[in-house]
Amino acid sequence: MRPILLAGHERALTQIKYNREGDLIFSVSKDQQICVWFAHNGERLGTYRGHQGAIWTIDVDPTTTILASGSADNTIRLWDVKTGKCLKTWDFPTAVKRVEFNEDGTKLLGVTEKRMGHLGTIVVLDVKVDVEAEQADEKAMTIVCEESKATVAGWSYLSKYIIAGHEDGSVSQYDGKTGDLIYNIPIHELNQPITDLQWAPDRTYFITSSKDKTAKLITAKDLEVLKTYTADTPLNSATITPKKDFVILGGGQAAMDVTTTAARQGKFEARFYHKIFEDEIGRVRGHFGPLNTVAADPTGKGYASGGEDGYVRVHHFDKGYFDFMYEVERERQNRLAAAASA
Amino acid sequence: MAGRRGSLEPGRHGFSAVNQVKLQSLAVGYLEQKRESQTSGDGDFQTQVPRHPVTGGKVPPSKAPRQRNNEDCNPASLVLFAPTSQYRRSSQRVPSMAPSFDRLREEDLDEELDDLDDVDISDLREKYEVQLEQGYDTFVVIDGLPKVNEERKPKLIKFLLKKLNTVGRTREDLIYMPMGDDGNSLQFAFVEYSSPAEAAAAVRQLDYTVLDKSHTMRVNKLTDIDRYGREGRIDEEYTPPEIEPFQEKEHLRSFMADPSGRGRDQFVMFRGDSVGVFWNNEKDQPENIVDRQHWTETFVQWSPLGTYLTSVHAQGVLLWGGASWSRLKRFPHPFVNLIAFSPNEKYLVTWSNRPISIPDSGHPALSLDDDGKNYVIWDIETAKPLRSFAQQDIPGTEEHAGVKKPPKFPWPAFKWSADDKYVARLNQGTSISVYELPKMNLLDKTAVKIDGVMDFEWAPATPRRDGVKTYEQLFCFWTPEIGSNPARVALMSIPSKQIVRSLNLFSVTDAKLHWQSDASYICVKVDRHSKSKKSQATTLEIFRVKEKGVPVEVVDTIKDTVINFAWEPKGDRFVIITTTEPIGPTAVPPKTAVSFFCPEKTKGNTVGNFKHLRTLEKRNNNAIYWSPKGRFVVIATVHNQQSSDLEFFDLDFEGDKPEAEKDLTANLQLMNTSEHYGVTDVEWDPSGRYVASWASAWKHSMENGYHLYDFKGELLREEAIDKFKQWQWRPRPPTLLTREEQKQIRKNLREYSRVFEQEDAERISSADVAVVQHRRRLLEEFYAWRAVVEEELAEERAALGLPADPVAELLKAKTAEIAPQGEVQEQVIEEIMEEVLEETEEIVN
Repeated sequence: MRPILLAGHERALTQIKYNREGDLIFSVSKDQQICVWFAHNGERLGTYRGHQGAIWTIDVDPTTTILASGSADNTIRLWDVKTGKCLKTWDFPTAVKRVEFNEDGTKLLGVTEKRMGHLGTIVVLDVKVDVEAEQADEKAMTIVCEESKATVAGWSYLSKYIIAGHEDGSVSQYDGKTGDLIYNIPIHELNQPITDLQWAPDRTYFITSSKDKTAKLITAKDLEVLKTYTADTPLNSATITPKKDFVILGGGQAAMDVTTTAARQGKFEARFYHKIFEDEIGRVRGHFGPLNTVAADPTGKGYASGGEDGYVRVHHFDKGYFDFMYEVERERQNRLAAAASA
Repeated sequence: MAGRRGSLEPGRHGFSAVNQVKLQSLAVGYLEQKRESQTSGDGDFQTQVPRHPVTGGKVPPSKAPRQRNNEDCNPASLVLFAPTSQYRRSSQRVPSMAPSFDRLREEDLDEELDDLDDVDISDLREKYEVQLEQGYDTFVVIDGLPKVNEERKPKLIKFLLKKLNTVGRTREDLIYMPMGDDGNSLQFAFVEYSSPAEAAAAVRQLDYTVLDKSHTMRVNKLTDIDRYGREGRIDEEYTPPEIEPFQEKEHLRSFMADPSGRGRDQFVMFRGDSVGVFWNNEKDQPENIVDRQHWTETFVQWSPLGTYLTSVHAQGVLLWGGASWSRLKRFPHPFVNLIAFSPNEKYLVTWSNRPISIPDSGHPALSLDDDGKNYVIWDIETAKPLRSFAQQDIPGTEEHAGVKKPPKFPWPAFKWSADDKYVARLNQGTSISVYELPKMNLLDKTAVKIDGVMDFEWAPATPRRDGVKTYEQLFCFWTPEIGSNPARVALMSIPSKQIVRSLNLFSVTDAKLHWQSDASYICVKVDRHSKSKKSQATTLEIFRVKEKGVPVEVVDTIKDTVINFAWEPKGDRFVIITTTEPIGPTAVPPKTAVSFFCPEKTKGNTVGNFKHLRTLEKRNNNAIYWSPKGRFVVIATVHNQQSSDLEFFDLDFEGDKPEAEKDLTANLQLMNTSEHYGVTDVEWDPSGRYVASWASAWKHSMENGYHLYDFKGELLREEAIDKFKQWQWRPRPPTLLTREEQKQIRKNLREYSRVFEQEDAERISSADVAVVQHRRRLLEEFYAWRAVVEEELAEERAALGLPADPVAELLKAKTAEIAPQGEVQEQVIEEIMEEVLEETEEIVN
């Protein structure tokens, strides 16, 4: 599994997203650039220019038509994926830390920072998945987080709920239509911020990562914690792999806490855990700074990680990865195969 | 007054035997006599300014002791000292003095005031109050002296003075020896010292001093005589002390019986704020026995036989144990820093950097004598202090470039003989003080004078020298070159203080003493310099203690600096680590070499000469950890940023032996190498089956946690624990099996191990089955849940009239949108595969 090193960014990566087909990788970093790459060879397809501040977040609609990005310049921008043209800019009073399209790309949520007397909010924007169309100026909905600001948020299946992870370690479920708070449950250790929230392919469950050194698999419907993955380092990102029942966690000693130069010390490795058994099954080294974001290829062929070191490393899985199976899994597979043939 | 004094005339008492009560009354008489001679003699001394009872001088107001309570501030208490019967009778004639000091009631006080015609002298009393307790603290009573007449009295006093002045200062005129009617002395004397501390020292050190065949001197504090000897305090009839009903105590060695029957060892882990004791479960999660938050403040420590777990607090030291882990003993040494047990758990030494300060309100265990001391030696069984010591000034803290290094206090300062009978402390450069237990008196009353002595070590086991039948303990010490006298290493036998063996050495810069665990050998590592003092070399001088005449063998001269040395426990092989680079704080740790030594093969039962076995060059290793059972040794690199490896060696490898080493009694084989990043400590379990290594948060904060290996070096378990501080295996007491029984077991080992192996196999397989079943269940549960969720989702979609796949429709629409722009054409996507057909490497000059 020889990784492809994408050395297009000059500063720390903040988020990586694959498109639905898994052939393009969108990456954003603090260097104010959005890059798009071919996943299979790491060639850079282009960049999207316009943001005036560090870009915190990126998302692409399911048809790979439009791209949304949120930045420290207090804007969410919508881009034409193909041409790189900026289609729309929404202004906010504070930085935008997270954007996400819903499952059909018609709604976009944005998480805004709590700063300068403004409370953290989750805003919902109606989007037309059409590069020609005029996008609405108005926000469709605003959810104000009074208790603890949201750090991450996402749309559940059917856009039924908005799930948000908070700075105090709790997870909230809001009604996707009305914005009413349904649940707020302390999931991670108190006051250990949730750093990432990524969905399973059908958006019925998701994984959260936290500075409390754990990642948790949680159902969208009633916020039940299914699994807990314990690491030995604060986590910045977690993702669920399609095809195989694994999760990938990324993190590492925060740069400001690293006192020694030894790379091994920082625990800058991507960690693979078995999704169901919660066992750690492997690590991938390579970054020389903490991993800020990990993303799994939706087709299950690989994954990409972006680090504080400014590099994106794209990995394509080997045969061994696909062959790896626990005895009980093989058992089940054989049983299913037998049932199917019978 | 005179009558009272008369009543104390010894003749009436018939001092055939000096019992304490009578002595007491005399003591009172003596004191009163002194006082009277000091007062003006008009009898009405209640209005007199109290004088110092001995010097007779006026007590200056500034020196007047503070008053403690109301009772004390009554000057009447000056005379109301002792209620002997005679005294009481006489006191009846003086009503104002009727009640004795202890029985003094408020009314009595008032009465006295009335008697004085309402003269208010309370201010005077307060001002000139002499605190009795303090005033008489400088007095001791000597008892058990020979009977002498006036003629010979000065001679005896002179003789006594010599003894008395060994602990403090006193003069001839401060010794009062009462004489009987028959002109002979009454066999006792009062002595005043210049300070209470000296008096206390006299009681401690001079009591039971043998004067001659038939006379043994007893020394008591005057205040004690008063306290205990007062009439009524001691019953005339003996009543046996009430013996507390027997209370069943927990079995303190219950830990030896592993409930699982596997003979596992226990260990303690201190991480974060909590301390836990666990059973070692090899690969599996250790089984927790007890876990407590804030169990200790600084560290924990097992006693040498594993009976107690020690926790260390600002208030002192606590011992815990038994099955319930209850508090067993308390040693309240305030601000204790370090502790050390005697080898058989009988005694405990505690040390604090801060001298003990006894508050006015007193201390539960320590007394005023312990004030200002740093070390306390405790008896563990009774939890009582035996003796306390002050820190010594350590000479030889040289100034380096004007910066004076803070003196390093050697630890342990008190070293124990193997059987807890003696404890000794080094007085660097002058002597070694050997104390006998349990009385803690100086052996033969003097320290062993050894000019220039630098260091000493007790034999770690009771030595069995060839041809020596009497009881002895040995210690080894060395002295440097002084003037033209050579440096010397010698063995001294205790209690005889005989030098058993002595060896003279030249050009010595330093020496280190390393005993082998059975006291069979002691290796003296001697660092020597050449005449020009430019080059260094090390020799190893090995004393064969058990052989006749204690022969000394010199092993190879080693050019390099030896930084570590370790004997094989119970064996006769050793490992050294050397370096060519100067030791000191360097950025890059020095390259080292590890050398193994073992005896040559000999015919018969003797141990051959020590020979170099093998040297491993270009290492970083700096630590040697032998298995407590011998044979296996771990050579490690600890406290090192760059490397942290552990190498497991077998010295009795059963495979092929190199031809060159066929005459040696070892077959060295590296079994395994392991790495444990940032390892700071390594410890073998007491059975020699497992090795724990850990990275302690005390040393650094990187990857704290532990690794557990078996003796072969196979990693069984690793766990990263935040703020991991300490690991310690619980020691085991020596086996109760006899030599024959042990031999028997060794002989039948195969049979035993068959049973155990089967048990192990069963346990492991059942554990495996359990794990597989657990996984199967997890898998089933997860997929069952998925099935339910997927069904629900499909239903919801159908109900909302949405397609099953939310995106498929969109994609189709998009494809349709793109297509009309051009012809619908089949696009052939060519994938170019790059293949390396041949690869050659050319070297371009």
